[in-house]
Formats: sequence, structure tokens, C-alpha cells
Amino acid sequence: MRNRFDTQLKELNDQLIEMGNEIISSINNAINALIDKNEELAKSTMEADINVDQQQKIIENLCFNMLVRQQPVARDLRVITAAMKIVTDMERIGDHAADISEMAILMGENNDINNFPNIKQMAMETIFMLNKTMEAYIEKDLTKALVVINYDDVVDELFIKSKKDIIQLILKDPDKGEEIADLLMVIKYFERIGDHATNIAEWVIYSLKGQA
Amino acid sequence: MENTKIEVKDLNLYYGDHKALKNINIDIKEKAITAFIGPSGCGKSSFLKTLNRMNDLVDVARVEGLVNINGKDIYDEKTDVTLLRKEVGMVFQQPNPFPMSIYDNVAYGPRIHGIKDKKRLDKIVENSLKGAAIYDEVKDRLKKSALSLSGGQQQRICIARALAVEPDIILMDEPTSALDPISTSKIEDLMEELKKKYTVVIVTHNMQQAARISDYTAFFLNGEIVEYGKTNDIFSYPKDKRTEDYITGRFG
Repeated sequence: MRNRFDTQLKELNDQLIEMGNEIISSINNAINALIDKNEELAKSTMEADINVDQQQKIIENLCFNMLVRQQPVARDLRVITAAMKIVTDMERIGDHAADISEMAILMGENNDINNFPNIKQMAMETIFMLNKTMEAYIEKDLTKALVVINYDDVVDELFIKSKKDIIQLILKDPDKGEEIADLLMVIKYFERIGDHATNIAEWVIYSLKGQA
Repeated sequence: MENTKIEVKDLNLYYGDHKALKNINIDIKEKAITAFIGPSGCGKSSFLKTLNRMNDLVDVARVEGLVNINGKDIYDEKTDVTLLRKEVGMVFQQPNPFPMSIYDNVAYGPRIHGIKDKKRLDKIVENSLKGAAIYDEVKDRLKKSALSLSGGQQQRICIARALAVEPDIILMDEPTSALDPISTSKIEDLMEELKKKYTVVIVTHNMQQAARISDYTAFFLNGEIVEYGKTNDIFSYPKDKRTEDYITGRFG
């Protein structure tokens, strides 16, 4: 009974995991490009975003197909609805990987991330959140999803600290203000990635329990 | 939250030694559509028939427990069963118009209940046919045999026939399972209209139909109600694993 449907659901799951791995590696690459000022890596990361966009379309089509042909209810419906929401957050995360990579290329000599421990820390924490949220999804683990949701405060706090660091630097050296202000963009991207990871965790909870 | 129209307490139904319904407790809401779903033989149709004492017609059937409609116990010995079935109308799976004209089909019930006046009967027939969303299709051929109509039209004639005696509650036992999708959606639209005035209880094998039209859903299994609640809740996050497995097609 319902073999075909179960096969499609498994495929949906596999595709989401693959897309998750893709965006995690993109964010890792973007951070490395930023830290090492590696323009090559930054460029290839930006180019890779097209794969994430394609993956999104594949997953959305799978979901539409199942909605039309299987008319899912209950857990099936929640899993498919959650997938459609998760894929949007993943795609945004992919965009931010490309955005950060672009900043890595554009930012001048004065913006060495290594001089900003809070920003570096923020990058690491968002990677942690992303990994955790994917683990929660794959292992259908409520506790891990909750960890991610609570962890968003850590990233938000680092955002505030980093912003203060950046403002201090601008005050100290107003001539380089414009250049340094680029960093504000970078930390905003990290903060958004944290939000998207949180959204994904919330959808994981919804697909497992029914209420987000 | 709507008022309770039908209150069922600790109901058991036996066919001889076989216990067909076990300890049914349910409050059915007024002016709402309540759907009964469950695999074949789960007791949903049997339960529907206990609500207007159709099981009285089965010799070996025996009912224990309480069924209150409008606060009155319908299994009380003083209950007038004919009157009860006037209040609690029924529509069956196969359209079953009488082999007589459309008009006479609808006027049949009111005539039995003593209405002779032609003008009054005309009005009742017209209103009932309108209420069943079939009037425009048949108004010019009321004297034609009801059997000349399509299945979907026949089913709406049967609904009109049920409405003609001014019931309070309409029981429907798989009313669209013999109909094509267009006739089905006409009946479903009609049910949406009917619930403004009546309490509707429907047994359906079509899970999507229950999801589409009902306000409340009860899932029956092996003569018991496993889960009962708002249709939205049942179809998005059922609490019982058996409900989940049934509605997602894992058994049944």
C-alpha cells in the first residue's frame, strides 16, 4: 500500500538533505573566502548558488506533484508543507552565502575579519546553528530543533557586539568609515542566516508535532 | 462552538451475539456537518442507523445506552418512531426515488403526515426542491417519473423528499458514492447550504470528501470511536496513531 507515495516522500527527504549539505558547504566556503581573502573561492561560491536555486525548484515541483496527486493529509501533509517552507529558507541562506562571498571580494584591505573576534565568532555560531538544524531535520529530533531556536539569541547578541565594534572603529578612523561600514552588511547576513536556521528548526517541529 | 444536537452516551449495539458498536460517546453539534469515517465494517453506518432507530427493523439488533436528540431519549418506549424519522431524515447510498412522479415523490411524506391541501403541498414541493438545489432543473416536468432523471438528480430528489417533512437532522449514508464528480460536487455544495438550517451527519468512504465538507470528523474502528474532533485537527494533526495510519492510507 502507498509504495509510490512513500518513494516520493523519501526522494523529497533525500533532496532536502542534499540541499542542506549544499548550503552548509556554501556558507563554509563564504566564511573561508572572507577570512582568507580568497577571491577565487569567493567567486566559485557565488557561482554555486545557481545549484541551490535549481535544487529549490526540483523540491518545489516534487511537493506540488505530491499535493496534486496524493492529496496528502496529517503527517504527510505536514512533511510536505514543511518542506516547501524549509526550501525557501534554504534558498535564502544560499543567497546569503553568495552575498558574503561578494563582500569578500569587494571589501578593502582594512577589513580583515581576523581583527574582529566577535564577527568571526558570529560566523562560527551560524555554522553551528545550520549544522544543528540539519541534524534536527535528518534525525527528526525535537530537542535539537529547540537548541537551534534558543541559540538564535547567541547570534543576535554577537550581532549587537559586532555592530558596536564596527561603530567604534569608524569613530576612531572616520576616513575609512565607508570601507568599514561594509562589515555591517556582512554581520547582517550572518544574523539573517541565524534567523533562517531558526525558521527551519520551527518547521521541523511543526512537521513532527503539528503545531509550531 | 455550536450547541449539541445529538448526545450519545455509552451506546452499545448488538446484532445477536455480535457487538457491533462498543461504548460510543459523542456529542454531535447542531447546524454543522459531522462526518463518520472508517474502514468497511467499522460500525459507522450501523451507528448512523441508531440515530433514527433504523436498526429497529433488524430483528436481532439490540441497543443499550442513551441517544438524546433535542434532550429527549429516542429509545424511550414512549417515543413515536414515525415522528422521530420525520425529525431525523435519511438519504441513502443508492438514489432510491419511488416509482412515481417527481412531485409525488416529494409530496409523499407530507401527505402521510396528513397534508391534503393542494396549494400547501405545491408550496412544500417547490421549497423542498429548491432546498435540494434541483428545482430549476425539474420545475417544468414535475409530473414526469423521478426515475427518468440522472443519478445525481435522483439523489437530490431524495434529499428534497427528506426535506419535505421538515426534519431537524439529515443523516446521509455515503450519499455520493454512486455519483459522478460533477453530481458529487453539487451535492457537496448543497450540504454546505443545508447545514445553515439542519444538522447533517454523513457517512463517507471518501476521506477527501470528509475533509472537504465536514466541520467535525469521527473516526470509527472495530465498532469504536477512536478519535473525534474538528475536521481541520483530525486531518492535520490526528492524535491517535490509528487515525493517522487510516487517513494517510496505511491501512483500511
